[in-house]
Amino acid sequence: MVPLPYYLVLSGILFACGVTGFLIKRNIITIFMSIELMLNGVNLSFVAFAAHWHALSGQVFVFFVMVVAAAEAAVGLAIIIAVYRTRETLNVDQVNLLKL
Amino acid sequence: MLHLVLFSVFGAICVAGAVNLLVQRHPINSALSLIAVMASLAVEYLLLGAEFVAAVQVIIYAGAIMVLFVFVIMLLNAGEEERVGGSRVAIVFGIPGMLVGSVLTAWVLLRYSGTSGVELGAMPGPPKTIGWLLFHDFLLPFEVTSILILIAIMGAVVLASREEIPAPGERGEV
Repeated sequence: MVPLPYYLVLSGILFACGVTGFLIKRNIITIFMSIELMLNGVNLSFVAFAAHWHALSGQVFVFFVMVVAAAEAAVGLAIIIAVYRTRETLNVDQVNLLKL
Repeated sequence: MLHLVLFSVFGAICVAGAVNLLVQRHPINSALSLIAVMASLAVEYLLLGAEFVAAVQVIIYAGAIMVLFVFVIMLLNAGEEERVGGSRVAIVFGIPGMLVGSVLTAWVLLRYSGTSGVELGAMPGPPKTIGWLLFHDFLLPFEVTSILILIAIMGAVVLASREEIPAPGERGEV
C-alpha cells in the first residue's frame, strides 16, 4: 500500500520539472515536450485521487486530458513546422516578430 | 511492501527521466527520456489499479504522440540548442523559492492525509466500467472531444500544408 501523498508528491515533481523546462529551454520542440510532461504529472494525480476515492470519473478525465494533449500536439507541431518554414529556426528567442 | 518498492523504483525512473529531459541539449535525447517517463508512469497507473489508463498511456502517449514528436524532430533536423545565461534574479530568488515551496508542499501533503491505496492486483477500473461511464455519464464531453479532434486534424492539415503560391514575390501583396 502506497500512501496517496507519495503519488501527489511525485506528480508535483513531474509538474515542476515541466514548468522548469518550459521556462529554461530555448528549443521550441523541447518546450512542447515540457508541456506534455506537465500534463502527465496532472494525469498521475487524477489517477491517484480516483484510486483514493474509489471514483472512476478521474480515470475518464485522464482519458479526456490525453485526447486534448493529442489534439494539442498535432496542432502545435504543425505550427512548429510552419514557424520553421518561415523563420528557419527553432529557437524561441529568434521568433520575436511580436516584440516591440 | 512490494507495492512501495515498485512505486519507488518507477518513481525514481520518472524523476530521473524528467530531470534528464531538462539537462539534455539535443531534442531527440529529451524526447527519448520523455518516453521513459511515460512508460514508467504507466507502471504507476497499474499500481493504482488503473489498467485501462495504463494501456492508453502506452498506446497514445508513448506511441502516437511521441512518435509525432520524434518525427517532427527528424523532419526539421533539429540540432543542439544553444545555452543562454539566465537572469540572475531567477537564480537568486527562484531556486530558493522553489525549494522552500516544494518542501512546504511535500510536508503538508505527507502530514495531513491518511494512507490509502489499492492492493496489488486489484483492478478497480476495468475497461468495461470505464466504457459505461464514458458513454453514459460523459457522453456529451465525449462527443465534444470528437469534434475537437476533427478540428485539430483540419487545423494541422491547414497549418502544415505548403501554400500553393506560384511566385514567391506575390506573397506580400495580400
